[in-house]
Amino acid sequence: MGRRKTIADLERGDRAIIKSFAEIDIPLKLIEMGCIEGNYVEVLQRAPLKDPIYLNISGTYLAIRIEVASKIIVEKL
Amino acid sequence: MSDIKVALIGNPNTGKTSLFNRLTGLNQKVGNYPGITVDKKIGQTKLSRGILAEVIDLPGTYSLNASSIDEDLAVQVLSDQSNENYPDVVVVVADIENLKRNLYLYTQVKDLGIPTILVINMIDQMKVKGIDIDMQEMESLLETKIAFVSSKQNKGISYLKKIIIDYKSLSTLPCFVDSPSVLSKLATEEKKKHHLETVRRYQFLKSVLEKTYSQNPKKAKGLRSLLDRVLIHRFFGYLIFFTILFSVFQALFSWSAVPMDFIDEAFAGLSEIARANLSEGVFTNLLAEGIIPGIGGVVIFIPQIAFLFMFTSVLEESGYMSRVVFLMDKIMRNFGLSGKSIVPLISGTACAIPAIMSTRNIENWKERLITILVTPFTTCSARLPVYAIIISLIVPADANFMSFNVQGLLLMVLYLLGFGVAILSAILLDKVLKIGASKSYFVVEMPNYKLPLFKNVAYNVIEKTKAFVFEAGKIILALSILLWVLASYGPGVDFDNAERIVTQTNSSLSEKELQTEIASFKLENSYIGKMGKAIEPAIRPLGYDWKIGIAVLASFAAREVFVGTLATIYSVGNEQESTIKERMRKEVFQDSKKPVYSFATGVSVLLFYAFAMQCMSTIAIVKRETNGWKWPLIQMFVMTGFAYITALIAYQILK
Repeated sequence: MGRRKTIADLERGDRAIIKSFAEIDIPLKLIEMGCIEGNYVEVLQRAPLKDPIYLNISGTYLAIRIEVASKIIVEKL
Repeated sequence: MSDIKVALIGNPNTGKTSLFNRLTGLNQKVGNYPGITVDKKIGQTKLSRGILAEVIDLPGTYSLNASSIDEDLAVQVLSDQSNENYPDVVVVVADIENLKRNLYLYTQVKDLGIPTILVINMIDQMKVKGIDIDMQEMESLLETKIAFVSSKQNKGISYLKKIIIDYKSLSTLPCFVDSPSVLSKLATEEKKKHHLETVRRYQFLKSVLEKTYSQNPKKAKGLRSLLDRVLIHRFFGYLIFFTILFSVFQALFSWSAVPMDFIDEAFAGLSEIARANLSEGVFTNLLAEGIIPGIGGVVIFIPQIAFLFMFTSVLEESGYMSRVVFLMDKIMRNFGLSGKSIVPLISGTACAIPAIMSTRNIENWKERLITILVTPFTTCSARLPVYAIIISLIVPADANFMSFNVQGLLLMVLYLLGFGVAILSAILLDKVLKIGASKSYFVVEMPNYKLPLFKNVAYNVIEKTKAFVFEAGKIILALSILLWVLASYGPGVDFDNAERIVTQTNSSLSEKELQTEIASFKLENSYIGKMGKAIEPAIRPLGYDWKIGIAVLASFAAREVFVGTLATIYSVGNEQESTIKERMRKEVFQDSKKPVYSFATGVSVLLFYAFAMQCMSTIAIVKRETNGWKWPLIQMFVMTGFAYITALIAYQILK
């Protein structure tokens, strides 16, 4: 099995489905904002220095750091 | 009294505060919850003839899982029937474009068994965004009444009031049955359970929305992506941000100049009138020399504070501030800060107290602590009157540099200096502080762009300026009366016999010169004169005389008393008509007869006020936010020591 893709691996404009989390310790706030298995995520933009990353997660617009984004495993659409 | 108690709750950026303003108008009070400093906003609204409601605006929150102080508060109010604010009915405010996430909070509130009304706000966006909602179906699935509202266009408010009156007919059953532990604080082992519950709630909502909500995907985007392309562009993004900052500070100085001069002269005039029309006596002196200049010292900086609050509130309301957080996060992390530190650092230009409170949303403790420690370096509005008066003394008003007003430029330099030192100390603290690298859970919502509502901005400006003026005003007024007493009475025989001593030693002077001589002799031998003389050796190397020394001492209560203190000291026994500024310009050192407010002394005062920790309220708030005296004391000694050294160096080089 190859390395699993995470949100951190996505390019601008990519869409993907959230599959699972690499760590149990994902911020609760993020989960409550809709970052849960089965929801879609779209990369809108990366900050000028590549980090943080600006996402549309199932209709919620938010920015997270790459550190956290690399814990969210996705399947690219 | 009110007949119905209503609580408003909702996610941040849903227009909850606009709705609150619509309902209550200026009929609102801001207070504090006992023991914590989160603002408690309560207002009154008339629901219909003879029925009043008390509306409480709970802090914006994404859920009822108490993970922050603000959220904890909402839980306390809603879950404890004996709480004084426990409502009869809860209104959950949801934003039409983000229904799923907003409904998540709704299901949690609904589970508490209080009658719950759902407001879908911003319906003016419905057509624009191509959204369609089956309201009846949604009402039955969520077991409630729904009001479509546009607080911007004042639509749907009367219908909302009608459902509030009828709150007893609402179902109090939960709409989602599966809630083991909503209100308990989450222990780590409970996290998984909670995660699953969140997923199930979202599944429930997904099924609700599939039946009731549809959106034309073509219309979904638009303004957001267009503006984002420019405002967070890798080059234009920064250019725009710095241009905005620059213009704000230019405007701040030039726009407020006119009203400030007017206020300055008006209060000088008022003192004259008091003196001319009231019979001579202690009370008249207290009024003309203590109280009026003291109040003037507060009122004079209303224009600048109001403009500053106006700018920060426009930037927040429009959604632009989140973009700045996004742009700056990586850069700020190099300094041991978070992108979210930008908000405290910018609002610190208004006042460090709310700024330090706004660090609560910084998830990482080390980043948060550093932000708290460096924020007081940013130029708060209490420094403005000090800067304004000193700058106008050392730089001519018409001086231009590359067609920019030099006074404005110098002010901007001082702001940049504040930021610069804040950043430098952050880098230092990042290296020095040994706090385990906890994970940085940085999550920032990027709200839709909105044109700020005039009403919201205006209320915000009025409310904050009022609070600031009254809070600061109380201290300043009390201090100016105290100072007047200390300056008008003195210990020992020298003070009592001032007239005789001066007349004997200076028999050749004219009557007028004699009076001035007596007045300054009295001041020197008053209580305050003695105190000033005592500290003079410590401050003389900075270029200050004992009168500035008194003002500096008094400023440790709060910086803004500087001007008021000088006004009181200078006007005691000085009956000539003049404004504070002119009075300061004429001031000379007693020994050398050189002007006190020379360029060197001016710069030295500016630097001292830029860096010293002179604010009791900030120390108190830092103590509360860091849970102890350790950090505020370190902060106070380091900042003030640094201020003393830089002021000393600057004066010794420039003099």
